[in-house]
Amino acid sequence: MKLLLTGNEAIARGAWEAGVKFATAYPGTPSTEILENVATYPEIVSEWAPNEKVALEAAAGAAIGGVRSLCAMKHVGVNVATDPLFTFAYLGVNAGAVLVTADEPGMHSSQNEQDNRNYARHAKVCMFEPSDSQEAKDMLKEAYAVSEAYDMPVLFRMTTRVCHSKSIVDCSDRVEVTDKPYEKNIRKYCPLPAFARGMQVKLADNFKRLEDYSNNSPFNYIEDNGADVGIIGSGVAYRYAKEVFGKSVSYLKIGFSYPLPMEKIAAFAKGKKTLYIFEENDPIMETEIKAAGIDCIGKDKLPAMGELTPDRVRKALLNEDPQIIVPNPEMVLPRPPALCAGCPHRGVFYELGRRKDLMIFSDIGCYSLGLMPPYNATDAMICMGASISAGHGVQKAFDIKGDHAKKVVSILGDSTFFHSGITSLLDVTYNKSNTLTIILDNRITGMTGHQQNPGTGYDLKGEASPEIDIEAMVKACGVKNLISVDPNNLQIVQEAIEWGLNVDGPAVIITRWPCVLKKFSAQDNEEFPTAFKMVANVDVEKCIGCKKCLKSGCPALAFDHANKKSGILKETCVGCGVCAQICPKQAITVEVR
Amino acid sequence: METKNIVLVGVGGQGTILAAKLLTTGLMEAGFDVKMSEIHGMSQRGGSVSSLVRYGDDVQSPVIEIGSADIVVAFEKMEGLRSLEYLKPNGKMIVNDTEIFPLSVIIGATSYPDNILEEISSKVNLRVMAATEMAAALGNPKVMNVILLGSIIKSMGLTDIDWEAIIGENVKAQFKDLNVKALQAGMDAV
Repeated sequence: MKLLLTGNEAIARGAWEAGVKFATAYPGTPSTEILENVATYPEIVSEWAPNEKVALEAAAGAAIGGVRSLCAMKHVGVNVATDPLFTFAYLGVNAGAVLVTADEPGMHSSQNEQDNRNYARHAKVCMFEPSDSQEAKDMLKEAYAVSEAYDMPVLFRMTTRVCHSKSIVDCSDRVEVTDKPYEKNIRKYCPLPAFARGMQVKLADNFKRLEDYSNNSPFNYIEDNGADVGIIGSGVAYRYAKEVFGKSVSYLKIGFSYPLPMEKIAAFAKGKKTLYIFEENDPIMETEIKAAGIDCIGKDKLPAMGELTPDRVRKALLNEDPQIIVPNPEMVLPRPPALCAGCPHRGVFYELGRRKDLMIFSDIGCYSLGLMPPYNATDAMICMGASISAGHGVQKAFDIKGDHAKKVVSILGDSTFFHSGITSLLDVTYNKSNTLTIILDNRITGMTGHQQNPGTGYDLKGEASPEIDIEAMVKACGVKNLISVDPNNLQIVQEAIEWGLNVDGPAVIITRWPCVLKKFSAQDNEEFPTAFKMVANVDVEKCIGCKKCLKSGCPALAFDHANKKSGILKETCVGCGVCAQICPKQAITVEVR
Repeated sequence: METKNIVLVGVGGQGTILAAKLLTTGLMEAGFDVKMSEIHGMSQRGGSVSSLVRYGDDVQSPVIEIGSADIVVAFEKMEGLRSLEYLKPNGKMIVNDTEIFPLSVIIGATSYPDNILEEISSKVNLRVMAATEMAAALGNPKVMNVILLGSIIKSMGLTDIDWEAIIGENVKAQFKDLNVKALQAGMDAV
């Protein structure tokens, strides 16, 4: 049966066909849809974990326990999961385990462009790299066989273009795999130094055997077009090479990319006048091939940053510029993402942005948009959970310097708080900091497209699950100054911020209002009966055209330049009332839709 | 055959993704090799979105290079202007005559240019469609995306594919007739 699948859907399909029984992930673009699709297969127990470290540990445990397991995350998620990864590699598996890393050449939705092929080398795990959806499915199945035959977790590198591109996949049925019995074996599963040394040797031996596998793997193959120019390519970069050069060169396609098939590479290189290495991001294959004494051209000509798309290849290697039609650049307005109409973060960022006495450490999620105009609120961001702990560090520096011009506000969402904000908050209370933390609880994981989390009351399969109380969690972290507010009431938000900045010791404000795009649960309907059922209206007689309402940055507002009056886009407005509270002339009212 | 390139652009929430899904499904069932690339992420937050559709005998790259699209279909005017450089020199552009203001216009920092269509038509072969109004006239403004899909199908000579069946397989039963009508309206309009 042929289906048109994204790479992420193909991974899910491959997991199902491979007899996987347990899968877990923390959402993150471009990996999120992997688990969302895995969860549609009833044979696979599928979970959202609170963070990537927890996910990989659970997947490792399932593999030790005797069923094939899958774990998926975005590239920076693997940073969080490295602690278990490095030692899981020593332990090895019982049933097969695969960790999918979704890398982001081009940084379409990420804060860095790290190349997780480096982790295969660093953690000593083998790696597959598909170039399209068919390969994603086929290689994933093979990855389980390799994981079990060579007793190690497999790292599986996807990239945004493979994750989010659709191509045709020839699908087959699920093959049930016999569960592995669990047997206690402390020499295998307890990496005390005395045992870990043995594990290290076993791992090295398995890698030696994997070199043979790599040289003979069906996923590392030569396409000989009789040319004296050769291209060695991995991932979608191989597809880009073929797009540009077609049959005018010969190819060595690398699908199993660590350890590299050095014998096959040497044989391919023999007699080639020129050898190019096509890989996105770091010169990893290039470095290893050069170290083997094989002359090749890579990043000295091809870009080391961003995607290796065909247009960039043509420019770099053929010095070809496409013939393009260019619009008048002055007319093209950028369209950056914006907080949605009705977004519960709007009121908080409106109020924060008005103050000049704050150093705002933000976090990863929709609230990263708080740095944009008209709010211009945010000072800094690093990674998941860093708002609280890095904010703590900034405040300490201010205190050490005796600099009291600004006070630190840390701001993050509910899912990010569960992910890694809790330990950061412990740092704040334990080390007697006095920062203000704002937890924007919008009842869902928003930016990645609405995944459940421990605070929502539902699990990945949509089944009811214990709802973790953020207030209780904050109190348990030792915070004495805690207040929960409605983020759409600007007066209350303003007073809460003022209170939080002036109380003795650390303070936490929790806002609780659902994401406007969230599909409401029964509980949401009960708790927020009026949410998004209202609409704003401008009284043009009262409107003086001062544009103050536009400072809310709401996409449902439109200013009529001809008449110098504000207006509301009725189809977009959901009546949160933030603009109405900003209006100095009470010209905006909110009514039931 | 040479690989054909179709670019669909719009603003998050306009339905480009469903249109591209129907298009690629039809192309696959017609026996073409198909690849499609989309950039998601922050698109739901009102950003620009694009679906790049390629079909032919053997498609390698999932992305469409600038200067190589046979047709660009813009669900919104500014997105059409922004995507001009995708078109190959003799390519064709279809633009839905709809404006969605970016944030800089909403907050009053800039104004939305009133001569976008003139700018585009001065440079390429342009067909303007009132797809949003046509959809409203059919009873649901949301089927604007399927009307524009109809215009693509006609323009690319793909009318032989059984689109009615493909719509039937991919939209809810109660919306099938509406979408089939929308597709036909789009085909008739170009």
